[in-house]
Amino acid sequence: MGAGHKHRLHYHGHSPVHRTPAHVKLLALVAFMLVVVATPAGWWTFHGVQAVLLLGVVAASRVPPLYLAKRMVVEVPFVVFALLVPFVATGPRTDVLGLSLSEPGLVAAGALLAKGTLGVLASLTLAATTEAPDLLRGLQRLRMPDLLVQIMGFMIRYLDVVTGELGRMTTAMRARGCEPRSPRHWPVLARAMGSLFIRSYERGERVHLAMLSRGYDGSLPS
Amino acid sequence: MHVPDGFLDAPTSLATGVVAMAGVGLALRGARRELDDRTAPMAGLVATFVFAGQMMNFPVAAGTSGHLLGGALAAVLVGPWSAVLCLSVVLLVQALFMADGGITALGTNVTLMALVAVVVGWVVFAGARRVLPRRTSSIAPAAALAGFASVPAAAAVFTLLFTVGGQAPVDPGTVLVAMLSWHAVIGVGEAVITGLVVGSVVAVRPDLVYGARPVLAERELEIREVVAR
Repeated sequence: MGAGHKHRLHYHGHSPVHRTPAHVKLLALVAFMLVVVATPAGWWTFHGVQAVLLLGVVAASRVPPLYLAKRMVVEVPFVVFALLVPFVATGPRTDVLGLSLSEPGLVAAGALLAKGTLGVLASLTLAATTEAPDLLRGLQRLRMPDLLVQIMGFMIRYLDVVTGELGRMTTAMRARGCEPRSPRHWPVLARAMGSLFIRSYERGERVHLAMLSRGYDGSLPS
Repeated sequence: MHVPDGFLDAPTSLATGVVAMAGVGLALRGARRELDDRTAPMAGLVATFVFAGQMMNFPVAAGTSGHLLGGALAAVLVGPWSAVLCLSVVLLVQALFMADGGITALGTNVTLMALVAVVVGWVVFAGARRVLPRRTSSIAPAAALAGFASVPAAAAVFTLLFTVGGQAPVDPGTVLVAMLSWHAVIGVGEAVITGLVVGSVVAVRPDLVYGARPVLAERELEIREVVAR
């Protein structure tokens, strides 16, 4: 627990975007994405304006574009799906480079890609410019139920502890000749997951007792 | 696996958002019964465990891999209400901190993976527990069955939402067949892993498995004579 509690996507900085209160950023993100999602397919100039706006925010945040670009790989499975749409979609067909593609499918795929990419980039920008405690406070100010905020706080706090534990268990299993990707070793993997659950549950009990001994009464001191 | 932004239209996203909020609201009340004042730390740690479990990939077919959804697993281990909370928080953290799953699709993702998967998983588990002999050894197969059912169920509901508010002109029938057949395969992986994990916890700490409590309560104290040698 000695290491900093900074989450993995966060990029340290002091730009105006970093300094904006988290609840404002959250509301802005949701409003922006609702507009993006509600944009009808084929309004390319509108998507262009949205992209320029978003890139403006990214530039103002002074997070290196390459830092964000590398983390956009989470989008890849979705891109594969979007690229499949013109092949399976209904409607009149057109020939592109000798392939028979659906015209409405092409438009839909373009719109899916535009919206998905804007969504991932906007979410990445929020994650890169907001620290976890600030985001939690932002959610609290937006009236997210207190219990949910607390659960989320505990999850974020122990995320690196539990994933680190899982990492050490996997290393130990590999050192003993277990190959986690092979179905033959699933029983071993499942036992490891079982003991990870028991360890997490017991850690939860210890955390709860430690909190009680410090006067916890169901709500965290602010 | 997570639905991104722009996949479903805005009205559908908002409607699933309302469904998700109602479901999480109910779960917040229910979880107090399952975990009392331990709810916050326990659900937080179990959510972390579910997140770690989702990092484990298993190969499906043709070089692609699926990962554990964990809905049925969490329902059997900590009870359905707490499981809904854990899964919802996992999805919220993934959307806000990892850009995994769109922010406007958060309601959809919570509805599919936290509500449908957990509820279907729990109902199937409770049904199977009733049918199978009342022994601790029946808990793991019942959990496996629940794990299997939860994945195609979520896929079927997704297809339904896609038919209502999908943003791609694809025939719903095609989507249904593709989604169900693909997720039946993933469901088998989910079933095996859920069953094995629950089985290993039942073997070591049956008292921690929420789904095993009725069976444990009926167990009688057994005193055996052992001849000392």
